[in-house]
Amino acid sequence: MNEFEPKIVGFLCNWCAYSGADLAGVSRMKMAPNVRSIRVMCTGRVDPTFILKAFACGADGVLIGGCHPGDCHYAEGNYKALRRSVFLKRMLKEQGIDPQRLRIEWISASEGDKYAKVVDEMTETIRALGPLNQRNKEMINA
Amino acid sequence: MSKPKLALYWAASCGGCEIAVLDIEEKILEVDANFEIVFWPCVMDPKYKDVQAMPDKSIDLCLFNGGIRTSENKKMAELLREKSQVLVAFGSCAHEGCIPGLANLYSKDSLFKRVYKETPTTENSDGVYPQPVTKVPEGELEIPEFQEKLVPLSAVVPVDYTIPGCPPQPHQIWAVLEHIIQGKALPPQGSVLGAGLKTCCDECPRTREEKKIKRFYRPHEIIPNETQCLLDQGIVCCGPATRSGCGGLCVKVGIPCRGCYGAAPESPDQGAKMMAALSSVIDSQDPDEIEQIVNSVADPVGTFYRFSLAGSMLGRNRK
Ligand code: FES
Repeated sequence: MNEFEPKIVGFLCNWCAYSGADLAGVSRMKMAPNVRSIRVMCTGRVDPTFILKAFACGADGVLIGGCHPGDCHYAEGNYKALRRSVFLKRMLKEQGIDPQRLRIEWISASEGDKYAKVVDEMTETIRALGPLNQRNKEMINA
Repeated sequence: MSKPKLALYWAASCGGCEIAVLDIEEKILEVDANFEIVFWPCVMDPKYKDVQAMPDKSIDLCLFNGGIRTSENKKMAELLREKSQVLVAFGSCAHEGCIPGLANLYSKDSLFKRVYKETPTTENSDGVYPQPVTKVPEGELEIPEFQEKLVPLSAVVPVDYTIPGCPPQPHQIWAVLEHIIQGKALPPQGSVLGAGLKTCCDECPRTREEKKIKRFYRPHEIIPNETQCLLDQGIVCCGPATRSGCGGLCVKVGIPCRGCYGAAPESPDQGAKMMAALSSVIDSQDPDEIEQIVNSVADPVGTFYRFSLAGSMLGRNRK
């Protein structure tokens, strides 16, 4: 049985979303196991190249989790991430990739429940969309 | 001693790369004096079988321009790889797909429908489409098969070097040829030749200040100020994401960089880099306004990936 399990790469900022994910974990909240999280210092550090590379290497979805507007530890990183995500979604759509495969969410360190909810929702969205079928072997090792 | 053998070939390209070689002007005579040109369909008339008859690796240098779109392109790429010691992806098409690569945004079927049926100047009431094999009374006719998508040269055969540009600038072409004529050692395999190691911005004479953009302009919507950075003025310029090498030809005359030298050395995906660059200059924190400003960029894929879609991260392994 090969039921499709979405692979989601989560870029989570150290100060908010990653701590939120951590809280969800230590509080033993139940959530889909589909997100592979990567801790970054700030969502502003997430270059669009990272996101495209994640897709190119086989991710079916990419989640960016950062601090709420006004709360970014580095003042403006999350606004930058927001602008990039707007560009990326438009660009993905033009290339025939459903923009819902990229999601950006503001999750504070105390919002473990929100993190769990976002992960569950996104997993179901991607499950419904199906696999992206991008898997570039040469890039995985690059 | 016999002269080194040189071959030039064109696959899915516009012919501009061939003209660029001739644009080295009288130096073309030196090319002729120093190389034996064994194959160059644009200017002489050898046949496929002549190349086939050459011993393997007998061509010293092959400059291959054009992307791989048809079965014939692929066959020629494989043949020339076999016969050449050094195979160079010459120009943007062979390097990253260039303009013909933008067709990858559409399926083969929809391209055929558009080209052979829908264009206003086309009269095709019988719905005739090109077929790889056609039966006629005299027998069977074959034409190369149009493949599902265009891929760069490196996707079908190993490539030794790349000379980027649409087309590569004549002085850069000459610099590479002169290097070889003088018998200097070749750089490490895989190097990009005839281009810089920075971005087009680094060659741009305009002054840069802090950028705060409320809307983006297309070149015809604004008359640019002569000395200020074009991006500072809201004109979408691909300079930040594009490899240097052209000498800033466009930006010097007030035209934004279109990105023809391809992805910059440090950032392999030109579009990703453009999105990062433009996101940094948008002056807004309001989601709706950001959306509006982003939407003022017409055709982001065609603008950011104008020359590199087929070689881009997502484009490279599209089905
Ligand atoms: S530190 Fe969390 S988004 Fe910048």
